[in-house]
Amino acid sequence: MSYNPFTLSGKVILVTGASSGIGKSISIELSKMGAQLIISGRNEARLIETMNSLQGINHTFVSADLTIESELKILIDQLPQLDGLVLSAGIVKTMLFQYITLQDIKEVMDVNFFSPVILINMLVKLKKINKGASIIFISSISGNLCTWAGNSIYSASKAAINGIAKGLALDLAKKSIRVNTIMPGMIESDILDNNIITKEQILEDVKNYPLKRYGKTDEIAYAAIYLLSDTTRWVTGTNLLIDGGYTLT
Amino acid sequence: MSITNFIKDFSENFEETDESLFLPNTKFRELDEWDSLTGLAVLNMLKVKYYKLITAEEFLKISTIEELYNCTI
Repeated sequence: MSYNPFTLSGKVILVTGASSGIGKSISIELSKMGAQLIISGRNEARLIETMNSLQGINHTFVSADLTIESELKILIDQLPQLDGLVLSAGIVKTMLFQYITLQDIKEVMDVNFFSPVILINMLVKLKKINKGASIIFISSISGNLCTWAGNSIYSASKAAINGIAKGLALDLAKKSIRVNTIMPGMIESDILDNNIITKEQILEDVKNYPLKRYGKTDEIAYAAIYLLSDTTRWVTGTNLLIDGGYTLT
Repeated sequence: MSITNFIKDFSENFEETDESLFLPNTKFRELDEWDSLTGLAVLNMLKVKYYKLITAEEFLKISTIEELYNCTI
């Protein structure tokens, strides 16, 4: 028998934002570690693509926009007892502060903050999260350690996530539920669809990373494996920084 | 929307540049105050005030205020 302290075999885990980027990569890597997954995302076609990339059987998917109460309820109704949750649904809105409106703030906060928090809140009330479970928020270095031009709302949403993760970690400790965040620097997937930045600007920005590149989605997925596995059963309330050294300088 | 009004909106993304320098044929990237932050402000202005989304790559091909205005009509 091979020794593998990071196995997720037998664990039932929900991943939100699984139709693309970090959430998709996390889903794929968790499946390789033996987890049974429920994946959720807004884009059904892309969610099915993620489903087809998963290893193993017994995975399910729920296409839902978690900012819509009725769809959130549909997801919750379909969920079994959970051993892990990865909240990776998120959006970026690159706008200078002088051009943002209350609607812009609400749109980002709805997806990045209110939806994941309300989801956990409802699951806790329904006792659908098992003792010993692990909850992971995909946060960011943005808002917590630094920011970028035109990124104020996103920064606020991620700082809010880090704040509530601390509170949740304390409040849920009695139930032996652990709550942690992963704080990635710039990940390749984030930038691909962002038409507001040129290729030249990206090449210039990469130079600010001591390890001389942006991160890859699987490098965040491995951190999720670590925090979901039993190796971290005494880790709660922490923020795992994965940024290629960006915030060192 | 006339180009006069557009130039007024455009100039509001600058803090120090004299109003007289904002003309239809002004090559805005050559203004001393021009930087990437101002570029982002102009892109945001186009989206919010003119409902015009242009990519950073497309934006780089535009050099005068009039060319930018023509994108919005």
